[in-house]
Amino acid sequence: MDRLLFGDNQFFGVNHMSEERARAQAMRFQDTSTIMGVLDAAYDEGVTTFMCTTHDRVAEICEAVRQDRDRYAGMEFFPCMPYAHKYANAMTEEGPIGALRRFLPDEGFLNAALRGGKSLASKDIEGLTTLLVDAEMTMFRGLRTPVVFLQNVVVDLLLGLGFDAAFRIFADHVRSRYAAEPGFITMNLPMLLDALDRVGVVDPVVCSNINKIGFRMPGGIDAYQEALRTRPFRAVAMSVFASGAIPADEAIEWVCAQPNIESIVFGASSRAHIASTKALVDRCWAAVTP
Amino acid sequence: MGIVGLGKMGLSHLSIFRAHPDVELVGVCDTSGYALDVLGKYTGVRTHKDLGAMAASESLDAVVIATPTHLHAPMVGTALEAGLHVFCEKPFTLAEEDGDRLVSLAAGRGLVTQVGYHNRFVAAFAELKRLLDLGALGGVTHVLAEAYGPVVLAPKGSTWRSRKSSGGGCLYDYAAHPIDLVQWYLGAPVSVSGSRLNTIFSSETDDEVVSTLMYPDDVTAQVSVNWSDESQRKMTTRISVWGTRGRAVADRQELQVYLRDTTAPPAGYRHGWNVRYTTELTEQPWFYLRGEEYSAQAAAFVERAGRGQTEGLNSFESAHATDRILAMIAADAAPPANAAGSAGAPGTVGVAGTSDATRTADVLLRDPADGRRSRRAAFVGGSRRGRLPWARRRSA
Repeated sequence: MDRLLFGDNQFFGVNHMSEERARAQAMRFQDTSTIMGVLDAAYDEGVTTFMCTTHDRVAEICEAVRQDRDRYAGMEFFPCMPYAHKYANAMTEEGPIGALRRFLPDEGFLNAALRGGKSLASKDIEGLTTLLVDAEMTMFRGLRTPVVFLQNVVVDLLLGLGFDAAFRIFADHVRSRYAAEPGFITMNLPMLLDALDRVGVVDPVVCSNINKIGFRMPGGIDAYQEALRTRPFRAVAMSVFASGAIPADEAIEWVCAQPNIESIVFGASSRAHIASTKALVDRCWAAVTP
Repeated sequence: MGIVGLGKMGLSHLSIFRAHPDVELVGVCDTSGYALDVLGKYTGVRTHKDLGAMAASESLDAVVIATPTHLHAPMVGTALEAGLHVFCEKPFTLAEEDGDRLVSLAAGRGLVTQVGYHNRFVAAFAELKRLLDLGALGGVTHVLAEAYGPVVLAPKGSTWRSRKSSGGGCLYDYAAHPIDLVQWYLGAPVSVSGSRLNTIFSSETDDEVVSTLMYPDDVTAQVSVNWSDESQRKMTTRISVWGTRGRAVADRQELQVYLRDTTAPPAGYRHGWNVRYTTELTEQPWFYLRGEEYSAQAAAFVERAGRGQTEGLNSFESAHATDRILAMIAADAAPPANAAGSAGAPGTVGVAGTSDATRTADVLLRDPADGRRSRRAAFVGGSRRGRLPWARRRSA
């Protein structure tokens, strides 16, 4: 994984501090071409991994990248699935089966439908999980996806339920079918690492909030630092600025000084902001790397 | 502890309560054998077909009732009769007499009760409550309570939320949230007026709620709620308060407060604008799913149940007071019985002799080319939309 990954919250009206700011961003990025402009800037600054939800608009971005393979020769995607609101809306409109049908992969439709039907009949969640993963991955066909993440709303729901088996099913499927590393986004890092251990998911990629003020780090900042020091996993830090609560220099210096963090995911809307974050991370990480 | 009902909220509660360090989650029940089998097989939780069977075979202290709303009253009754502390999803009940009975039953048995109005556990809304109690805004003259979000965006719907008899609809299932906040801040209104329950997509229930809650001394709270608004990524609840010494706007993320220089600012505040973010006001939960407020409300219930402390936020009594406002709005929005099928302008509930004379004018002023009206026309078989079918439909 690259040191710096480019996230997509800013494109889809997600802001943890202000609904007004979120709406302003949603307006600004209504056209996919505006998003592509920012992605181009990131790419040209050397931030070439796009860690993104499986939002419908991301399908348009994928298509734009496929159309210009030379321009984006080094581009990688880290899909994060599912885009939960998409499922919630579809379930409201069409019910569970209608929603399922809508998200079936178009490759081998019948085969997929049969797998889905069988998994429902046998009450076996494995077939259904893999079916839905395949559906979400359709938009990335032909693109490089070396890490595939399960979103925190699903990871943490399963974690609380004690549905550990699902993590293993997801990990095995992502490895075998996509030759990719399974990734897990969570708001509950120490608790998730225990669950992944229990089902034998070895050396997992785990993305969680890691920031100096302990913003949304349940279990506490000490437990997170302990996990970074002692647990075998590949850490990706998100919310490193705690939604703007920590000045950029201070935030990055602190994160880079933590042990065993492999990558930082961040969002930005301008080339200047991307460039300054890149320079800051390069400098701070160089300072702590022997 | 046990969970009753494994829908969207039931699963969420199961996940949060099961992760709580002081909770042993021993059983779940639901009418869906499929959901029970999957959970039983993969998580090891014991499953039951109904609450009675679960209460009889498990050693329970408390239950969470997360069934469709119309089942709250019988389920809560069963749980209280079994001597269990009860956390019930919102709204509490659909009938005044059910609420009365359950409030007394719980009080008589000294049981801990809570209803899932999680917004009261959002730090920004709680901070607004603190400021109001301190009198920091002076005397409140007006409140605007809003909620918008993308729940019903098509004229379909196969779940209980689209059925009026099950407690579906925007008023009971969505507007209940901001209205409960108003009830927290201002108490019960004397009356409600100008209420409308409009349909946008739903065939049976309301998708848009507007109403004015009337308080003594001409204090009013206006309610504006719409769950067919996909311009919002997810539910946005906002409370604006105007007082004689300042104003405040709170949502899930932040509290913006303007204090006039005639007031003495509370500690940490100044004259002019102040902004407090939920994130800086919020304590770290032990487990996070969907938002700190869900963890916080669960923690509050567990703590109170553990100590047998019946007083606390969102008791049945409080939620019952919110139910009464919902019923007043529903009654105010319904045409009088003797005018059913006619133009039937709704009157004011709670105060005699005040009719809403502007109703006809409002309707006629709507632009006939309005897209919403066109869609609505299609739903009733393409008849020309006039005053009459609209009124009938609204009262259906």
